[in-house]
Amino acid sequence: MHMADALISPAVGCTMWVVTASLIGYCSKKVKSEMYDEKVPLMGVLGAFIFAAQMINFTIPITGSSGHLGGGMILSILLGPHIAFLTMASVLTVQSLFFADGGLLALGCNIFNLGFFPCFIAYPLIYKNIVRKVHTQPYSHQNQQKKDKYILIGALIASIVGLQMGAFAVVLETLFSGISELPFGTFLLMMQPIHLAIGVVEGVTTAAVVIFIWKARPEILDSALSTSSLSNSKLNSNSKSLSIRNVVIGVALATILTGGVLSWFASSNPDGLEWAMFKTSGVEELKTQEGIHTSLSAIQEKIAFLPDYGFKSNELSESNKSSENPNLVDSDSNIVNAGTSVSGLVGGTLTLLFTVVIGVALKRRKSKITIS
Amino acid sequence: MGNLQNNLFDIFYMDTLACSKTWIHSLDPRAKVLTTLLFVGIVVSFGKYEISILIPFMLYPVIMITWANLPIIYLIKKMVLLMPFAFFIGIFNPFIDRDIILKIDLTFISLLDIARFVDLTKFIEIMGLQNSTGVIEISGGWLSFFSIMIRFSLTVSAALILISTTGFDSVCLALQKFRVPSPFIVQLMFLYRYMFVLIDEASRMVRARSLRTFDADSKMRFSLFVPMIGQLLLRTLDRAQRIHLAMCCRGFDGHIQMVRKMSFGMKEILFIAGWSFVFVMFRLYNIPLNLGILLSKLY
Repeated sequence: MHMADALISPAVGCTMWVVTASLIGYCSKKVKSEMYDEKVPLMGVLGAFIFAAQMINFTIPITGSSGHLGGGMILSILLGPHIAFLTMASVLTVQSLFFADGGLLALGCNIFNLGFFPCFIAYPLIYKNIVRKVHTQPYSHQNQQKKDKYILIGALIASIVGLQMGAFAVVLETLFSGISELPFGTFLLMMQPIHLAIGVVEGVTTAAVVIFIWKARPEILDSALSTSSLSNSKLNSNSKSLSIRNVVIGVALATILTGGVLSWFASSNPDGLEWAMFKTSGVEELKTQEGIHTSLSAIQEKIAFLPDYGFKSNELSESNKSSENPNLVDSDSNIVNAGTSVSGLVGGTLTLLFTVVIGVALKRRKSKITIS
Repeated sequence: MGNLQNNLFDIFYMDTLACSKTWIHSLDPRAKVLTTLLFVGIVVSFGKYEISILIPFMLYPVIMITWANLPIIYLIKKMVLLMPFAFFIGIFNPFIDRDIILKIDLTFISLLDIARFVDLTKFIEIMGLQNSTGVIEISGGWLSFFSIMIRFSLTVSAALILISTTGFDSVCLALQKFRVPSPFIVQLMFLYRYMFVLIDEASRMVRARSLRTFDADSKMRFSLFVPMIGQLLLRTLDRAQRIHLAMCCRGFDGHIQMVRKMSFGMKEILFIAGWSFVFVMFRLYNIPLNLGILLSKLY
């Protein structure tokens, strides 16, 4: 489920970073305005709990594989969405830094996929609505059983929906990045069923643990449900600038702005410092190469079998084929490619060797210094 | 279970690495965070078929690892363990993107005398490339696949190098200086501090259970799993309350005070400027290609 740096383009990565950063900022502000210092240790320790809970696996009866507790949903149920989002973000940050799950650029995407959907969509819209109906009813044996059922249904649906949305976001982000060749439909068909299964497991475990907690220490869940609603109303009357609607509008604007600016930057400025996702052709770079190494390219042109450029784009060859004599172009481009790709191969190997040599030399020198 | 325990060991180990004393370690964390971000950003910014231009970027991990005295075998092992995700997404590229983008004429290779060192025919067989009249045809899919794998190893190694030369607390401090909201920073530090404690607790519970079962590999049933997690959660909540009281006694006001000197001096500026210059040069000029062209001409 974790996106990796290698699979996303800077435009997508930066856009998701802006979105996630503004969400973190919003949640931090919101959390700070509530009874903050009381919740600090709670948040931290529960984040650590998410790690620890992964130590305990159970065996899924039929398949024999093992399942464990997921993160976002149970945190939302226990702590409310804002704290849960911050906690999830911190868990994912630690994972990305220490286990290199995902990566630094992809961290924005990961926090959004695994934090935003369960905490801000699935929990408030699905779980809360389902459970609220029974939550205020007075205690009795029948009510208790009914409540268990509602919690189970709520957690199950919410987990499934949250994970499905997260998986869908992964597919979209990969698609927009354009690094992976997987077509939209195939990738979707791969991701969604897997995450349906994961969602069911997560939903059932979450519900079971919540019911356990509710039986053992009902006041924990009571306070979680009531404080979040209470503080919501209090906050809305206090400061209107922090209402979720404004934040959503702000985030949407920021997304469009960064996405738009970056993609414009990418398409309008295809050579030089280019943060592009569309660049597949080497034609633009040919010009810079010639500009800088004019003497080089002059000689290059004379030598027929090693002309200057390597990677040929698909679109280029197709458009060439359609416009000109296909035979001529084909044979021509064959030679071009053969020559330069050999140069690329040789040069690449040499550079790699240089790098290794530099590393070894540095190491040698260092060990000499330490010995002497 | 073994997996997370290994991960825990990894964290311990990386913390010890972060405590060693080289001049890289003593740099201001902000400089290292910025350089790492720049590196990752530039590496990711290349088009999907680029391979040769990515190779010079390996200089950064290689030099940093040697300067900071990091165990290279360990880092490589760690990277290989993380490979599967990128591999499984990337491996579809060769099957879907079958357009031939790169053609290498074997006659030129024999001209360059590479064939003497590398048995290319075997390579071609393994890769399943079509071989028509001495021209190896490489599809765009294979190119982008290798590009993905190179990017992956570059970005992952950058993150690992950052954490094992800086340490988590220092990274947090740097983030704080970059105006990341303080609740998030406090949360990160807390999480990091208590992760070890709680993972220990969880593993104690698991061990206690397995000591009481009769057959060694008895499976954990769901009916047992729930109370265990529930217990752990209850203990965690109690612990949080104890911590809170203890912190209140010591005058906690919502901020973690760190007494650590951070100085952003000439060394840091040089570090950032030097690497940025190198990265931008690598980004602008395809060094391996030019080198190859030069070399083939000399030949």
